[in-house]
Amino acid sequence: MIRKSLLKEFREKVGSENVFTDKADLFTYAYDAAVLDPVLPAAALRPVTSEALSHVVRLCNENRIPLTVRGAGTNLSGGTIPFPDDGVVVLTNTLNRILEINEADMYAVVQPGVVTAKLAAAVEAKGLFYPPDPGSQDVSTLAGNVAENAGGLRGLKYGITRDYVMGIQFFDVNGELVKTGSRTVKCATGYNLGGLMIGSEGTLGIFNEIILKLIPFPASQKAMVAVFDKLDKASETVAGIIASRIVPATLEFMDNFTIRAVEDFSHVGLPTDAAALLLIEFDGHPAPVVEDAEKVESLCRKNGATSVRVAKDASERDSVWAARRSALSALANLKPTLVLEDATVPRSKIPDMVRAMQNIAEEYNISIGTFGHAGDGNLHPTILTDRRDKTEWERVESAIAAIFDRALELGGTLSGEHGTGIAKSAFLEKETGMAAINYSKRVKGALDPNNILNPGKVIGD
Amino acid sequence: MSDIKTLTELMKELEEQLVVCMRCGMCQSVCPLFAETGRESDVARGKLALLDGLMQEMFKEPKGVYERLNKCLLCGSCADNCPSGVNVLEIFIRARAILTGYMGLPAVKKAILRGMLARPELFDRLVEWGTKFQKFFTKPVNDLIGTSCARFAFPLIGDRHFMPLTPVPFHQITPYLNTAPGGRSGLKVGFYVGCLMDKIFPNIARAIVDVLDYHGVGIFMPEDQGCCGIPAVSSGDMKTFNQLVRHNVEKFEKESFDYLITACATCTSTIKKIWPMMVQDDSRNIRVKVKAIAEKTLDINQFLVSKTGVEEGTPGKDDRAVRVTYHDPCHLKKSLGISDEPRTVVQANPGYRLAEMPEPDRCCGLGGSFNIQYYDISTEIGKRKRDNIASTGCSVVATGCPACMIQLSDVLSKAGDRVMVKHPVEIYADGLKS
Ligand SMILES: Cc1cc2nc3c(=O)[nH]c(=O)nc-3n(C[C@H](O)[C@H](O)[C@H](O)COP(=O)(O)OP(=O)(O)OC[C@H]3O[C@@H](n4cnc5c(N)ncnc54)[C@H](O)[C@@H]3O)c2cc1C
Ligand code: SF4
Ligand code: SF4
Repeated sequence: MIRKSLLKEFREKVGSENVFTDKADLFTYAYDAAVLDPVLPAAALRPVTSEALSHVVRLCNENRIPLTVRGAGTNLSGGTIPFPDDGVVVLTNTLNRILEINEADMYAVVQPGVVTAKLAAAVEAKGLFYPPDPGSQDVSTLAGNVAENAGGLRGLKYGITRDYVMGIQFFDVNGELVKTGSRTVKCATGYNLGGLMIGSEGTLGIFNEIILKLIPFPASQKAMVAVFDKLDKASETVAGIIASRIVPATLEFMDNFTIRAVEDFSHVGLPTDAAALLLIEFDGHPAPVVEDAEKVESLCRKNGATSVRVAKDASERDSVWAARRSALSALANLKPTLVLEDATVPRSKIPDMVRAMQNIAEEYNISIGTFGHAGDGNLHPTILTDRRDKTEWERVESAIAAIFDRALELGGTLSGEHGTGIAKSAFLEKETGMAAINYSKRVKGALDPNNILNPGKVIGD
Repeated sequence: MSDIKTLTELMKELEEQLVVCMRCGMCQSVCPLFAETGRESDVARGKLALLDGLMQEMFKEPKGVYERLNKCLLCGSCADNCPSGVNVLEIFIRARAILTGYMGLPAVKKAILRGMLARPELFDRLVEWGTKFQKFFTKPVNDLIGTSCARFAFPLIGDRHFMPLTPVPFHQITPYLNTAPGGRSGLKVGFYVGCLMDKIFPNIARAIVDVLDYHGVGIFMPEDQGCCGIPAVSSGDMKTFNQLVRHNVEKFEKESFDYLITACATCTSTIKKIWPMMVQDDSRNIRVKVKAIAEKTLDINQFLVSKTGVEEGTPGKDDRAVRVTYHDPCHLKKSLGISDEPRTVVQANPGYRLAEMPEPDRCCGLGGSFNIQYYDISTEIGKRKRDNIASTGCSVVATGCPACMIQLSDVLSKAGDRVMVKHPVEIYADGLKS
């Protein structure tokens, strides 16, 4: 519970219409997209100005109130599940203005709650490109992207959110505005505090403004689908493409389980007997795009692809990506609960990882569909289950632990892009060792002595 | 009020459908209400979480959940876009029925639904009185669109620019029809008129009869048709809903016909989807009849294109064609998947040329009683539609639902636009005359 006098202060700072205390409202800020139990916050606050946001952070610190900042609430690791009892949720979705799009210097300045796809569309209208495109981009916020270091389909060639952050202005736990980074391509002053903020999941500071790098919009695109009757042939093709120093914008993988689900779901004519599909896209100036596409087409054939279809026009290209985009829906429609994992391995280990997923599915007797960013070594083993089935759920939890173990054995990481949150904080030590966790805790303790910034996330309690 | 345990038991009936939602939040990108308010309790994910919470006994009393559940356009944009295939509308409508059954119908709704709507003859008479009195309260504001506004502050009207009730409703002009198929089509349809067509747009009902005559389609139009029941079922008033369904089924079973057609997107989707889904009647018989009727119910545009072969005309070379844009009613496109046929019907009149507006299938914001309860939000949603229409520079906007027509008229009229709002069949019928 929060004291009445503090609630009154919150109301003064953010306006009473932006302080929610009704249980029914609070219940809708108790969860995110992770498969975890909801936790009710004591209040939800919606500052509509930067100043109000600063006051909220300061007041929470002064009163030792745990604060969880929430964008669209689409993260998959429990990052926006509030702290029990007296935790508050701070909403950023009204801080949603694009403050500047600078065409000459190719950057954009945004408030934290700007929706990813809205920025992408706004800069595209000016011939510019903001490449990071998480599957949730139609709703996810840019602060959420930065705080999770989100990836997307274009990671292979264009990198991830981190690669586009030029500067962040954030509130420290006292509500003081900290400026880091700049509007310049280079910046070598001070510590790289922005680097610390990226992927910090709301535990070290609250973003107020973000400066994002933009690049020219690619002049042309070409997509193709290659079909394989053996998994290994597909994986070898991925390795072959990388080895021949060609960098497609996108290099996506789908296993047989996923192919069948997508075909049942959207009848787009995928070969249901194929062991794997690769969906590949090139972009850039037309001549090299055509050249690369031809090279990769013959590489696919040489590696034993049973068919390679190059999209002839925009509508064929759209249908290639529609198939990829419907993967999650198709799988989601099979069972009530869907657990989307994102353990990532060095890309050369993709064949081992894919095989490991199949073995784990068999060993624990559960359904796993695997698809994802093969070019990044970032697969999404997707477990389909029904959480209400207790015994199966126990097997699922063991299988998740096994997936993590296998990824680490292969030199990989627990999460390529979905973050640690509370879902993976207990496993973190396995990957980083205790020294890294202790170091992180000292950083956290120094920056947030009262441990009010999203406590319990990333490094645990 | 019975105890909350009973309620959570009742809610269990929704469990299998509720667990399908994976809380991904993708519905935030399409919910027109969320776009205005940004409140999670307004988007499908939030409402589903609340219903889940109610089922899991997380609430001591359901009032807060009930209020938030009812703040919804039932537009189906969320369901249409949901990666997990959650039957959002079915869940919402069933939950409203359960909660209303538990909490009791609010007095005002009870008076309207049970006192008027459930009794078609009385409803007609009351509306007649309303028609006589409305001129004392209102004055015309936009002659082209045909809207009126209040002469002085009148609580229910506020600052609405509404389509006035017609002086003579359709059922008084043409109370009954039973014609045989002409030579050409060999088809006979049951014509379900719908309240708004009857009481506000009798000219459209007239146009439909003309068009059907033109195509040699026989018409059975029984007297004393009742409301399709959507206001009742969406308020959770199952008693009135069941009564109305039975009333209508009994009217239409007096004659045989090939298809039941309506020109109201909302009526069509109610009869086709909600009747079979929701009707409760002890006599199994009614359920069988409802299923049979639902299966042969068609939207008028769909009927004209797929059964009578209406197709796009070729506009004359000179540029005199009227530029028209088309708004997709949620109940046609998202609920029934019909979006090409009405455009074809509009373009079957060679005097018109279609120009698409941005986001043609974005909800207009009316949402039936939502507009009455949340007029300000409804208007804000409508303004975006108005801007999209205005951006085309068209002088006519067509749409296949009289409820959308009312909303479009309101927002266009308020903005002072000179844009006429028409039903596709009106446009097509005009073309047949010239
Ligand atoms: C269907 C679906 C597809 C997805 N696809 C991808 C994908 O392809 N790639 C990918 O990487 N992820 C993906 N995700 C995960 C998720 O969308 C991303 O993590 C996204 O970045 C979260 O953004 P959000 O606005 O929802 O943030 P939220 O979930 O609201 O918050 C995420 C974290 O950011 C913190 N945060 C939010 N705002 C601030 C702020 N102003 N200051 C400091 N911290 C803040 C929160 O406290 C929280 O810890 C997907 C999720 C779904 C449901
Ligand atoms: S209703 Fe559908 S889109 Fe919305 S959160 Fe649930 S699963 Fe996602
Ligand atoms: S039916 Fe429409 S208004 Fe209601 S939650 Fe779904 S999208 Fe939003």
